[in-house]
Amino acid sequence: MLTIKNLYAEVEGVEILKGINLEIKKGEVHALMGPNGSGKSTLAKIIAGHPSYEVTKGEIIYEGEDLLELDPDERARKGVFMAFQYPVEIPGVSNSMLMRESYNEVRKEQGLDPLDPLEFEDYIVDKLKMVEMDAKFLERNVNAGFSGGEKKRNEILQMAVLNPKLALLDETDSGLDIDALRIVSSGINKLSGEDRSILLVTHYQRILNYITPDYVHVMVNGRIQKSGGKELAYELEEHGYEWVTANTEVNGEAK
Amino acid sequence: MSDTQTIEKLVKQPYKYGFTTNVDYDYFPKGFNEDIVNMISDIKGDPDFVREFRIKAFRHWKTMKDPLWANIKYPKINYDDIQFYSAPKKKEQLGSLDEVDPEILETYEKLGIPISEQKMLAGVAVDAVFDSVSVATTFKEKLAEAGVVFCSISDAIRDYPDLIKKYMGSVVPYNDNYFAAMNSAVFSDGSFCYVPKGVVSPMELSTYFRINNEESGQFERTLIVAEEDSYVSYLEGCTAPMFSKNQLHAAVVELVALDNAQIKYSTVQNWYSGDEQGVGGIFNFVTKRGLCKGHHSKISWTQVETGSAITWKYPSVIMKGDNSTGEFYSVAVTNDKMEADTGTKMIHLGKNTNSTIISKGIAAGNSQNSYRGLVKVGPKADNSRNYSVCDSMLIGDRCGAHTFPYLEVTNNTSSVEHEATTSKIGEDQIFYLQQRGLDEENAVSLIINGFCKEVFKELPMEFAVEAIKLLGIKLEGSVG
Repeated sequence: MLTIKNLYAEVEGVEILKGINLEIKKGEVHALMGPNGSGKSTLAKIIAGHPSYEVTKGEIIYEGEDLLELDPDERARKGVFMAFQYPVEIPGVSNSMLMRESYNEVRKEQGLDPLDPLEFEDYIVDKLKMVEMDAKFLERNVNAGFSGGEKKRNEILQMAVLNPKLALLDETDSGLDIDALRIVSSGINKLSGEDRSILLVTHYQRILNYITPDYVHVMVNGRIQKSGGKELAYELEEHGYEWVTANTEVNGEAK
Repeated sequence: MSDTQTIEKLVKQPYKYGFTTNVDYDYFPKGFNEDIVNMISDIKGDPDFVREFRIKAFRHWKTMKDPLWANIKYPKINYDDIQFYSAPKKKEQLGSLDEVDPEILETYEKLGIPISEQKMLAGVAVDAVFDSVSVATTFKEKLAEAGVVFCSISDAIRDYPDLIKKYMGSVVPYNDNYFAAMNSAVFSDGSFCYVPKGVVSPMELSTYFRINNEESGQFERTLIVAEEDSYVSYLEGCTAPMFSKNQLHAAVVELVALDNAQIKYSTVQNWYSGDEQGVGGIFNFVTKRGLCKGHHSKISWTQVETGSAITWKYPSVIMKGDNSTGEFYSVAVTNDKMEADTGTKMIHLGKNTNSTIISKGIAAGNSQNSYRGLVKVGPKADNSRNYSVCDSMLIGDRCGAHTFPYLEVTNNTSSVEHEATTSKIGEDQIFYLQQRGLDEENAVSLIINGFCKEVFKELPMEFAVEAIKLLGIKLEGSVG
């Protein structure tokens, strides 16, 4: 599904990623953890194609294709989805209009006919339930005046609508109260499955009480310093990120 | 591609209405003096009261100075180098469309404005003004059945002199301002509309203005009178060829609404705006004002301003009648070296009067986009309300957006609200939409349409579609 090889990237001349290697197979859930500034969100944004970052070395292969050659919208239409850490407000554009446009773009890519507003309404009903959202939500302008929790739920709703193959969830748990965290996590769980791979970027272990990853990676200073199963998250919770840093120094290089 | 480069690409769409039409002209010598004014009066066959109106206006204009207070910069205009009257030559009085020069009809076809009636948009009557004169008005008969008068102002002066005498200059006096005085002296044509008591106009009325002659100015005058309990919706569209010289356009529009009457006036202005270096383009100095003369009357201005090198325009409403309403909805787009200083004046005189101002300015390229608005509440305007929103959007980092709100409130039972925001069309917004599968152009167009939604929804349906398309063309390639 996704193979990242020796990836280096910088923003405004500052090197952020310093040789990332990562393999995500179909249907797997990977949690990418790490302290602030470690580069974990940057990695998600680069996979999605954010224009501020420059890849200086390495490659990203997605379903056999060189992802770095594609524009962000082409990546999206081919099934790469990112749930934003800070979803952007688009005043005057209704949520339903954006999602329909968006979904129709994906359908077009797959050679399917676009849905008209009524067909789309039928399609989205079940998705709304998944994130416990009211249909009124669709008529509001994209993220405008949404609470933090609503914004994050809206991201998961969009994921449900677009049905991506690879979902990058960038700190989707940050800023959520316990109820919102439960709703968002349950949405993600319902959406995970054999056909979908998930890269869950998070600072905290708490979302992993709801979502069980197949693999946990710890990123420090632009490199993946440690990888393991879900138990790695508990060790981190117990010892803190310093434990990984200290551990690495002893070993001399990343595992 | 970087943000700025893509913005540039979008903005630099060629102007597609820039062609000229070859027709024979009745020429006038260049310059602005009393002889010229008299010659115009002669050629128009003005009755005495119109000739006197012109002469008074000209004499007053001579005592006035160019208004320099607006946030626009342009070389001093040499009025002796402008032809104040230009009309396509015609053999006889135009009786029907068949007599209109085929070249002119073709021009309107190219502009997408078919004036042959069988091809008309259903339900829209058109008056076409080519340089200084009205060349065709469609659907006259159908309107006449309903009692609506819609004709060129020249015809109106001839056929309805009493109405002209009563209303022309009653909202924008001949001495109102520099450009209104100039227009009053030399106006050559324009549209006239009269809706009698109790009549709802059976169709949208519209006027298309076209400047074709490189040397000429265009000075049209529009007058709309809506009698008690009547309703009319009116649209004007404007285009001009591309010339390296600047053309002057100084129009006057007057609206009068009596008791319970409603006038909705919409403009899609797409005059040629000059090239990237700011060479050529229309200087657009327009005075538009509506008078809510009767109680419970309502006047709405909706404008989509996408063209002209210079725009100086403040469609206003004087709410004299109690419980009357004034509205101003505006989208002004500038790019390259365009400069716009536009806004409105809402003058509350009657009790319980209400006004709304929604202004959306979009600046791209090296342009300057200013909103200037006055809200004035007089001492007798008890319980009056104003609500203003002025939003500006910047595309790229070489343009400017400015807001100049003026408030003069002399009544303590009234309330005035003003909100203003400035935003930059952001890389983040575009990336967000691209991440949802929309390509860059769609992303930009969605953001801009969202930004302008409150104004577009005020436009009649067909024209809203036009306006959205026009904005797309104007800003295509401009953001990234």
